[in-house]
Amino acid sequence: MTWTLLDRCCEKCTHSLENPCPDYIECRLSGPLCHDDERCRELRRRRLEELRYGEKGAKIKVPMASCTLAMGAEAVYRAVEDSVKKIGLEATVAISGCYGLDFIDPWLELAAKGMPTAIYANVKPSDVPRILEEYFVKRDVGGAFALKEKTGAAKGEDKVPLLSELGFWAKQYKWVSRNCGVVNPESLEEYVASGGYRGLSRAFKLGPEATIEEILKSGLRGRGGAGFPTGMKWRITRQQKATPKYVIANADEGDPGAFMNRLLAESDPFRIIEGLTIAGYAVGANQGYVFVRAEKPLMAKRLQKAVEEARRYGLLGKNILGSGFDFDIEVILSAGAFVCGEETAMIAAIEGKRAWPRQRPPYPAEKGLWGKPTAINNVETLAHAATIMAEGAEKFAAVGTEKTKGTKMFCVTGAVKRVGAYEVPIGTSIRTLVEELAGGPPEGVRVKAVQVGGPSGGCIPASLLDLPLDYETLQSAGAIMGSGGIVVIGDENCMVDVAKFFLTFTSAESCGKCIPCRVGLRVMWSILDKITRGEGTEEDLQVLRQLAETVRSASLCALGGTAPNPVLSTLRYFMDEYLAHIREKRCPALVCRALITYRIDEEKCIACGQCALNCPASAISKTEGGKYRIDESVCVKCGVCYAVCPVKAVYKVSGAG
Amino acid sequence: MGKLEGSDEVGVLPDKVFEGVPKAPYGLLEALRRVQAVYGYLPPEGIRRAAEYVGVPFAQAYGVATFYHQYSLEPIGKYRILVCMGTACHLRGNSLNIEFLRTFLGLKAGRKTTEDRMFSVEEARCFGCCGLAPVVVVQKPDGSNEIVGRANPRTLRALIERYRRQERGGAK
Repeated sequence: MTWTLLDRCCEKCTHSLENPCPDYIECRLSGPLCHDDERCRELRRRRLEELRYGEKGAKIKVPMASCTLAMGAEAVYRAVEDSVKKIGLEATVAISGCYGLDFIDPWLELAAKGMPTAIYANVKPSDVPRILEEYFVKRDVGGAFALKEKTGAAKGEDKVPLLSELGFWAKQYKWVSRNCGVVNPESLEEYVASGGYRGLSRAFKLGPEATIEEILKSGLRGRGGAGFPTGMKWRITRQQKATPKYVIANADEGDPGAFMNRLLAESDPFRIIEGLTIAGYAVGANQGYVFVRAEKPLMAKRLQKAVEEARRYGLLGKNILGSGFDFDIEVILSAGAFVCGEETAMIAAIEGKRAWPRQRPPYPAEKGLWGKPTAINNVETLAHAATIMAEGAEKFAAVGTEKTKGTKMFCVTGAVKRVGAYEVPIGTSIRTLVEELAGGPPEGVRVKAVQVGGPSGGCIPASLLDLPLDYETLQSAGAIMGSGGIVVIGDENCMVDVAKFFLTFTSAESCGKCIPCRVGLRVMWSILDKITRGEGTEEDLQVLRQLAETVRSASLCALGGTAPNPVLSTLRYFMDEYLAHIREKRCPALVCRALITYRIDEEKCIACGQCALNCPASAISKTEGGKYRIDESVCVKCGVCYAVCPVKAVYKVSGAG
Repeated sequence: MGKLEGSDEVGVLPDKVFEGVPKAPYGLLEALRRVQAVYGYLPPEGIRRAAEYVGVPFAQAYGVATFYHQYSLEPIGKYRILVCMGTACHLRGNSLNIEFLRTFLGLKAGRKTTEDRMFSVEEARCFGCCGLAPVVVVQKPDGSNEIVGRANPRTLRALIERYRRQERGGAK
C-alpha cells in the first residue's frame, strides 16, 4: 500500500481515530509537528510531488464531470489507458473534475517532471495516441491548447499560450472554484494537499462564536439567490434554545442554464462537506443533510463518496479532530421538483412529505426540519465559508462591491462562443462576462438580451450590458442574481416566446398549494399563448401586467413571487415585440409559428430530399423541375425542414400563408 | 388509480430492494426510486411497501409519488427519451425536437408512451450540460444513459432507428 499524506508518518505520531490530534490537518503539509524527523518531512515532500506528477513521474488527468462525460470523456479515458499500455508508458492515469470551460470538453492534462503541464482541448479518442506520443516521447507540446507554466525544456512551448494569459482565465478570480479541474474529486488526500480542511481546523481553534464573527466580517451573503448574510443566519440559528439543531446544504440546483453548483460538487465535493461541517459546528448541530437535485445524480454520487471518505478519516463522526464536536451528514437525491429549492419545501421533502413550501415566518432558523432550528445554505455559500475560514475574511472581502463582498460563479450559456462557468468578483459587468469571458455571440448573431437569474429572473436588454452584477443593481433592473445563470439571447429569438417559455416552466413547476401562483401563472401563460398566435389585444397586455403584479405580491413562496419577472421585464424592455404580435400580427424574429410560413428557395435547393424525408406531415414533394416545394395547406410549421436542410434553402417569411 | 388491494398483481418485490435505504422519512425518495427501478414505474403495492419501510402513511407516500417528475404511476417505455426543456436547449431547438419525436413515434396528444411500450417521450428539466444544447437523454433498458448533444431531427431519427434495429436483432 502506498503511504498517503493522510496516514501516520511514523510510530511517534500520536494521532488515531480514537484519540484524534487537533493539529492533524496542519501536520499533513507542514509536519511533523509533535516530533522532529527529517525522514518524516521528506516523506511528505515526496508524496506531494507524487500527487503532482504521479508515482512514476508522469501523470495524465482525464476530467470526469457531467459536462465532459456528455462529450465522450469516458471513451477518452479508455483510449488513454489503452495507449499507455501500448506505448509502454510509465504514467499514472487519474480522474479530475472540470475547469468549467465547456467549449474545450473533453480535455486532457498531461504532466511530467521537467515538462510544462499541458492542457489539450476537444480531444477525441483517436487523437490520444498521437498526443501522448508527442508529449511524453517527443517532448513536444506544440499541439496543446494551453500550458500551466513554461519550463523551456519542451519543444513548441512558444506556440502555445499560458492558461493564465488567456482572457477567459485571466479575468476570472478563482476563489471558491480554485480546485475545479485541478484535484481528483474522489481523493480526500488531494483535497487536504490543496489546503483543504484548514478552515475547519481553524474554526475549532476559534470556537463557534468567533467562527460566526469571522463569517460576518467577511460579508458573505447567500449565493443561492436571496443574498441573506450567512453569518446572520448562523447566529440566529445558534441563538435558538430548542434542540437538536440541523444544517442543510441546498444542492437542488434547478434553474435551467445554471450548473455552477453541479460543477463545484462534481469537481471539489470535499469543500462543500467541510463547509457544512463548519456550519454545523457554528450553529450547534450534530446532523447535516445535503439535498441534491434529481437531474444531477453524479453530484450526489461524488458528495456521498466524499462523506464516506471524511468518515473514514475521522473528519465526520465522533469527536472530530479532538474538538469534542460530533457531526454526520446524509446525502439525499431528490426525485425532480423545482420547488424543492425553496427552503421550506426542501424541509418538507426531507421529512418525507410532498415538497410544499409554507408561510414564513417562522423562518427555518427558528422552526425548520422537524420543527427544530435549521440553517439552510446553498452549496456555493458553504464552499465559500470553508474557503473563508481557511484563507481569512480579509482576503475574501478584498474583492466585490461595497455592499457585497467576494466572488460568485456565473454560468454563461446560449448565444455565446464559450459556454462555461466563470468565477468573477461580484460587481463585474454583464458585458465583461458575456463578451470577454464567454467570447460574445457566434458569427452572424447579435445579442438582443441577457436573461439573468433563471425563471425567476428577468430579461435585460443589450443596451444595459454594462450593469454590474450585484444583488441590488439587478433587482432594480427587473432581474435577480438568482443562482447566477446567464442565458444570452440572440436576435433570432422572440422575446414573447421567451417569456412564454419561462411561464411554461414555472406554471408546470408550481406546486399547486397557493392560488395566485397555481392559477395566476396559468392564465398569464394563456394570454401569452394568445399573443404568440396573433390573437392578442392591447387590453390583454393590461390584464397580463395586473396579473403579474398580483402573482408577485400574493404568492406564498419565492417561486410564485418571482415567476412574473420574465414577463414584467420583457414588457418593460421589449414592448415593441409584443405590439408587433398584437397590432401587425407579425413575429419580428420569425419564431411564433402561427405568424410565419416556411418556403423553399428553388435556386438554392440541391434536391437532396432531406426535407421531404424528415417532414412529419408529408407536406413536401418534388416539383416538376426536380426541386422540392412545401404544400402550405398541409404544413404544420414544425420547422424540421428548416433544421435539416444542409444548404439553408428553407426560409421563413412573415404571414400565416 | 389502480387497484390498491391485492398484492401480487405486479409480482413480488425482491427482499433486498431497500438494502441500504435509511429507515427514516428522508429515505422515502430513495425507496420509491428503488421500486421504480424494479418495475419501471410505481404500482400501488410498491408505494405501500416503500411507505411501510420508511414508516410514513401510504397516503403520504402516494402524495409524494405523484408530486415528483421522475416517478411514473403508469408503465413507461423500454427506452425513456428525456428531452431537456432548459433555457439553452429551448433556444437552440428542443421544442422542435420533442415535437418531431412525438410525431415520428406516432404519439397522440396526452400520451407519452408508444402502443408497443418501446418508447416514452418526456420533457425533462435542465441537465446542466448547456454547452451541448439541445440535449436529449435516453434511459436505456440496461439502466445506462445515452446523452445526445446538439440533437436535431435527423440525429434523433437515426437514434430511434438504431434502437429499433437493436430490438429486432435482439429478438432473433
